[in-house]
Amino acid sequence: MRDQNSSTPEDVAMGTLIEIRDLSKVYERGRQKVEVLHHINLDIAEGDFLALMGPSGSGKTTLLNLVGGLDTPSGGSIAVAGQRIDQLGAGSLARWRASNVGFVFQFYNLMPTLSAQRNVELPLLLTKLSAAQRRKNAAIALQLVGLADRASHKPTELSGGQQQRVAIARAIVSDPALLVCDEPTGDLDRHSAEEVLGLLRQLNREHGKTIVMVTHDPKAAEYADHTLHLDKGTLVEQATA
Amino acid sequence: MKYFHLIWAALFRRKTRTILTLVSITAAFLLFGMLDAVRISFDQAGKSANGAQRLQTGSKLSFIQPLPQGLGEKIATVPGVKSVAYSNWFGGAYQDPHNQVFTFAVSDNYIDQYPEVQVSGDARKAFTNTRTGILVGEKLLEKYHWKVGQQIPLQSNIFPQQNGSKNWTFDIVGVLHPTDQSVAFYGQIILMHWKYFDDAVMKGYNNGQVGWYVVRVNDVHQADQVARAIDALSANSDHETRTQTEAAATASWMKQLADIGLIVGSIMGAVFFTLLLLTGNTMMQAVRERTSELAVLKTLGFSDQGVLAMVLAESVLLVVLGGVIGIGLAAMLIPGVSAGSGGMLNLPTVGADSWGLGVGLMVAIGLVVGAIPAWRAMRLNIVDALAGR
Repeated sequence: MRDQNSSTPEDVAMGTLIEIRDLSKVYERGRQKVEVLHHINLDIAEGDFLALMGPSGSGKTTLLNLVGGLDTPSGGSIAVAGQRIDQLGAGSLARWRASNVGFVFQFYNLMPTLSAQRNVELPLLLTKLSAAQRRKNAAIALQLVGLADRASHKPTELSGGQQQRVAIARAIVSDPALLVCDEPTGDLDRHSAEEVLGLLRQLNREHGKTIVMVTHDPKAAEYADHTLHLDKGTLVEQATA
Repeated sequence: MKYFHLIWAALFRRKTRTILTLVSITAAFLLFGMLDAVRISFDQAGKSANGAQRLQTGSKLSFIQPLPQGLGEKIATVPGVKSVAYSNWFGGAYQDPHNQVFTFAVSDNYIDQYPEVQVSGDARKAFTNTRTGILVGEKLLEKYHWKVGQQIPLQSNIFPQQNGSKNWTFDIVGVLHPTDQSVAFYGQIILMHWKYFDDAVMKGYNNGQVGWYVVRVNDVHQADQVARAIDALSANSDHETRTQTEAAATASWMKQLADIGLIVGSIMGAVFFTLLLLTGNTMMQAVRERTSELAVLKTLGFSDQGVLAMVLAESVLLVVLGGVIGIGLAAMLIPGVSAGSGGMLNLPTVGADSWGLGVGLMVAIGLVVGAIPAWRAMRLNIVDALAGR
């Protein structure tokens, strides 16, 4: 990962997954316009594990949403694997998310009425896989996160840490290159948090997933390769683990 | 189909609320099934008499318009007519005006027209020989704890006797035992002598006229032809007739009392309007509660149109599920209702037309009630929804 101000063309050419240029985001609150991100320039390498830190309101989640294609920028550009996602329409962006990004949220955001297996299968409904293949892939993902024996359990029958692992299984089941994680340990006890962070690091190291994680927790950030600090919508410093 | 489990799970996210809504929809479509059968029954009444062994000839003008007694002899000469009897409405109340008793003044051979109604030989004989004698339906006898041989008073709300009194006294001489559900009505009525009625009623009230004729035909497949021939007898006279099946005649009477189609339509309109509000409210709540879940689906890559379609499908599924159960229940209950009416109502079974109309209504209602929540789900902003805004 490099702040674009210090990167060279050679760095970009060497496996850069995400290229952010002059990115800004302005929200309109009534008559007021609030600029949340100010001209961000950033490259994130393929296979990187990046932690985004900063105080509340600094723009971490906004940057994460833009990187994940959940929101569109007010200015600048975002290219992921060479594709300008800021130029995609709503439908194309949805299709892009389905095949390129896995999401992990603070509160897991699992479907309460579906079993763990069915939750993990959700992204695969958008593919042309057969029902049997979907079940198989979901089972593999659950096995990967260590929850093969909880496949038939509903979210309410699982602990917080288990729910988050199901959410991670859902995020990786369609084998996306990029995982965006918004406070993935924010609702977990220390032990569960460490399990989840270990799992994310395993996915990064062993499966080559590029991970961008927002966190308030310095201990969580230690699992990342790099940490980037945001303050008032601007990159202020970076650290390497 | 691969989204079905997702839609089904969303539908039963709040089981109690969904079941209560389903019960309401079921009740509405049960009513629809029953009332549509009533509507069809009235629409079909009088279209064909073929298949009926008995026909009823009444005034074309109105069911309260009497016919000349002499017409019966002419009807008897029509080819295909086996026998002719006649009847007048008498009405009457027992002890209290609320205890209305269906009483008919009939010709001596009237009961012969109804072989499905059994009357003992002694009772027939006593009825023939007793001027004030009456035959009482078995259920009516049981209801008022009457006995054969007992004298009972009946108050007519229309007909006074020669002395001006509306209180009539009759002698129970026998019991009517219906043996078939189609004539179960005869278990609840009284038959009196038409001759006694015509003689005893105050002059000017009947004048030897009859209310309607009951005609038995030789061949049930010729009933339409016989009916046309009977009506031709009095064509262009001051007492034109309409001959039809008994079920059709009953329907005609009711049509003259009220516009059945309008009543049925009005009731169903009110029911479905209420259903729209109720189910619409359920769907609005259901979608509002699932805002973050819908946002997650969009996050995972479900398109706006896909989310819209899923909410609409959920709404349609809810209404179709309740509706199919409702019409299915109606199909099961209708034969019982027909039988229970003692032949007064001859409701058709729920046919393909009713199912088609019903399912069409279900889909339309489902789409209407799902439209607003589906639109909102489609327009949902992922970032705002995930942030709980």
